[in-house]
Amino acid sequence: MIGPATNVKSSIQPRESALSMEQFQGETLSWNVKDGTIELALHREPLNEIGSLTLGELEKFIAALEELGGEAHALIVYSTLKSGFCAGADLRELYQWIKQFGRSEVANHARTYLERIHRVMNVIDASPLTTIAAVHGVTFGGGFELALVCDLIIADKMARFCFPELRLGLIPGYGGIPRLKRDLGNAVVRDLLLTGRSFNSNKAQQIGLVSQVVGEGEALRVARATAAQLGKFDRTTAAAAKRFIKPIPHEELQREIDLFCELIARPAVELGLKKFVESTDTQPYLA
Amino acid sequence: MWKAQTHNPTWPSKLRTDMSNTDQVLDEVMQLAASHFKVPPEKLSPDDDFFKALGIDSLQTLDLLTKLENHFRVELPDYELQGVSDFRTLAGKIQARL
Repeated sequence: MIGPATNVKSSIQPRESALSMEQFQGETLSWNVKDGTIELALHREPLNEIGSLTLGELEKFIAALEELGGEAHALIVYSTLKSGFCAGADLRELYQWIKQFGRSEVANHARTYLERIHRVMNVIDASPLTTIAAVHGVTFGGGFELALVCDLIIADKMARFCFPELRLGLIPGYGGIPRLKRDLGNAVVRDLLLTGRSFNSNKAQQIGLVSQVVGEGEALRVARATAAQLGKFDRTTAAAAKRFIKPIPHEELQREIDLFCELIARPAVELGLKKFVESTDTQPYLA
Repeated sequence: MWKAQTHNPTWPSKLRTDMSNTDQVLDEVMQLAASHFKVPPEKLSPDDDFFKALGIDSLQTLDLLTKLENHFRVELPDYELQGVSDFRTLAGKIQARL
């Protein structure tokens, strides 16, 4: 069931324009459909940071997904950038919000934004298609959260995962904690969240996050091969199996938004973001 | 130019073994870094600042970290590497997890 998609459905384009939905070239992402597989490619330099622009195009994508779903059996999400899948939220934009709205108002702005991105994540999460994240390199924060909404994660052996948000005085805000908790034991979730350490694909597979670890540069190819295999299965059964095994933790997702908005108005967050934005450290991702 | 110093006969055998392992790790770290970032290995020294010697930024450092973890089959938490910038100390951190 795709509960939160109600608002999106209302914006579905007339059938005449559905063909144009089969491919899209935006500033931050693009998609196309081939052999029953929708491929969503992220391509915003420097590392697919998710801000308002990406969110707007993701909203276009989920509107198209509603239309395209009937023609496809699989969705692959990947990055065309060499440096990685996605570094997460656009922290510079987040810092700008605090500067622009002030700490008293930023929580309201953050809530509106988070509700929009949660809607996107929930639609992909609950899509009747089988969804695959093909990741490589940096898969951090919101990028990790985007991978977690997918049914399968296929990881290049050079992929690296991390929830660095505590370094900024925040928690992951795009649904990361409830989805990690859905997939992993609580002790592992605490380790990843509370230490903020990054870990590689082998570790990710060992703890049950990643379904396949593949050679460098092979994630997309293997994802396509997997998607081709999925095309042999009856779609109704596959969608029913997914609904059965992958419930969306709506209540915890809402609590995550509430907690994020409580935390973002604190001076510690402004300081953390300022430090990141102004950092000349050679290792800002490890600090 | 760095030279391995692993065979001082006056050292106790346990220390010789440990030093040998550490030097071997150091050698492999430098070889791996040189190969991955296409830097001539003879241009690297154990006490070099690897950011400068390899000409790498923070994202490429993550690549190096992943390469090393995969090669040595160890986990290297980021916080253990904070402030580490030379090959010798890096090799020591790896050795401590072997």
